[in-house]
Amino acid sequence: MKSIFKPGVFTLCLIPFFIITYKIFLNKLGPEPVKEITHFTGEWTLIFICITLSMNPLKRFTNFTFWIKIRRMLGLFVFFYATLHLLTYVVIDYRLDWNQIIDDVVKKKFIFIGFAAWLLLIPLVLTSSQKMIIALKHNWKKLHKLIYIIAIFGSLHFIWLSKTIYFKPLIYLIIIIFLLILRINFKRIISKTR
Amino acid sequence: MKKFKYSEITPENIYKNRRKFIKNMGLAAGSMFMGQNLITPASANTNKEELKLTDYRYVTTYNNYYEFGTGKSDPVERSQKFKTNPWDVIIDGEVENPITLSMDEILEMFPSEERVYKLRCVEGWSMIIPWLGFPLNKILNKALPTNKAKFVKFISVLDPEQMIGQRFPILDWPYKEGLRIDEAMHDLTILVTGLYGKKLPNQNGAPLRLMVPWKYGFKSSKAIVNIKLVEKMPTSSWMKASPNEYGFYSNVNPRVDHPRWSQSTERVIGGGIISPRIPTTMFNGYGDEVASLYTGMDLRKYF
Repeated sequence: MKSIFKPGVFTLCLIPFFIITYKIFLNKLGPEPVKEITHFTGEWTLIFICITLSMNPLKRFTNFTFWIKIRRMLGLFVFFYATLHLLTYVVIDYRLDWNQIIDDVVKKKFIFIGFAAWLLLIPLVLTSSQKMIIALKHNWKKLHKLIYIIAIFGSLHFIWLSKTIYFKPLIYLIIIIFLLILRINFKRIISKTR
Repeated sequence: MKKFKYSEITPENIYKNRRKFIKNMGLAAGSMFMGQNLITPASANTNKEELKLTDYRYVTTYNNYYEFGTGKSDPVERSQKFKTNPWDVIIDGEVENPITLSMDEILEMFPSEERVYKLRCVEGWSMIIPWLGFPLNKILNKALPTNKAKFVKFISVLDPEQMIGQRFPILDWPYKEGLRIDEAMHDLTILVTGLYGKKLPNQNGAPLRLMVPWKYGFKSSKAIVNIKLVEKMPTSSWMKASPNEYGFYSNVNPRVDHPRWSQSTERVIGGGIISPRIPTTMFNGYGDEVASLYTGMDLRKYF
């Protein structure tokens, strides 16, 4: 079973990537293709953050350890889509115009917080191997709580780029907050029952 | 009285030939030969890419018109049944002669001419559109503004039955905008009745919208029902929604960023994935015509 599931999930996770590649090559991105790619990869990053954060609660509700086994892969897909998103902005949109990009990162809070979120993902990716989990022991868990901050940063990144208060960016923040609240409550319940 | 027809201004075949001609000659040369009020979108240093008209399908499918929803394709999808007939426009306030004109009367009284203007959205994209319209000053002068008329307030239609976006408090409905009287009287400021030689599509603000080419797109109100001359500076819907981000003037200015994003460059709609951003120009390229309106003003303060 295990041998089927992981490649299956992996393939599913690549579907958004195939969709955007297909759209790029068949020119199906509409009037503002660069913005479309940026938004698409950005939104899928947020979706993967939400999915990754759901694995722990799902394990608790269903008592399946399956969820935890695919969590690392999902987390790496967060980094994959976040990196595509960043590359779209840096390479396709701003053509490596570093003056403009640095100016944006420093001055614009939505770009700053988005870039910060991407940077914070790096230590998580570097410590994602089984070896590192063993090497870091209980510190690994502490370190990987960074994903909570990354998730909040990611949703704020979306909210702040919008012209006015839109429904969709808020939905991501609400889902993320909900997923984080689930964790707090679970810990309390466990400590009380022990 | 003879009814005004759009086809009389620019028959489509001539229009298309003219386009080809202009394309060959370059816009500036084209306007000289045509003897028509065709205004080049930007100053002499603009490149060819910038002068290319934006495809009709993009002009009419990629719109910000929150009355029909915040998505770019919401306006075209949700506005097709919007009723623009009958339609009355009231010009009142600080005027000696308040008037109410039906759209038919407006079309008869003020012949439309073609104006090729660049539309620069505050979001950082631009289009080049052949509008049909007439200077706003023509209609204002009919109402005889008094010396108390220091500003002009534009009020768009309020109709949540037909405009689904107005059922949500995204903005202070009905949409309100404003201009200083000298900006409103400027010859570049037009009321738009059509584009691409055709009747104005609903998603572009039919039956009557404003176009102020040196300001960000949101200043150009759509579906206007009331033009009010006032003494005090009106508060626009966007100013009310976010006063630190959207000022009364909202002149296109690459040196004054939106607090949350840069305004120094823009994407040209329709350029595709390989077309680069282009630098945004002061007053959207209309500085020669309008810069004098703002002499001595700190445009960072009056953004």
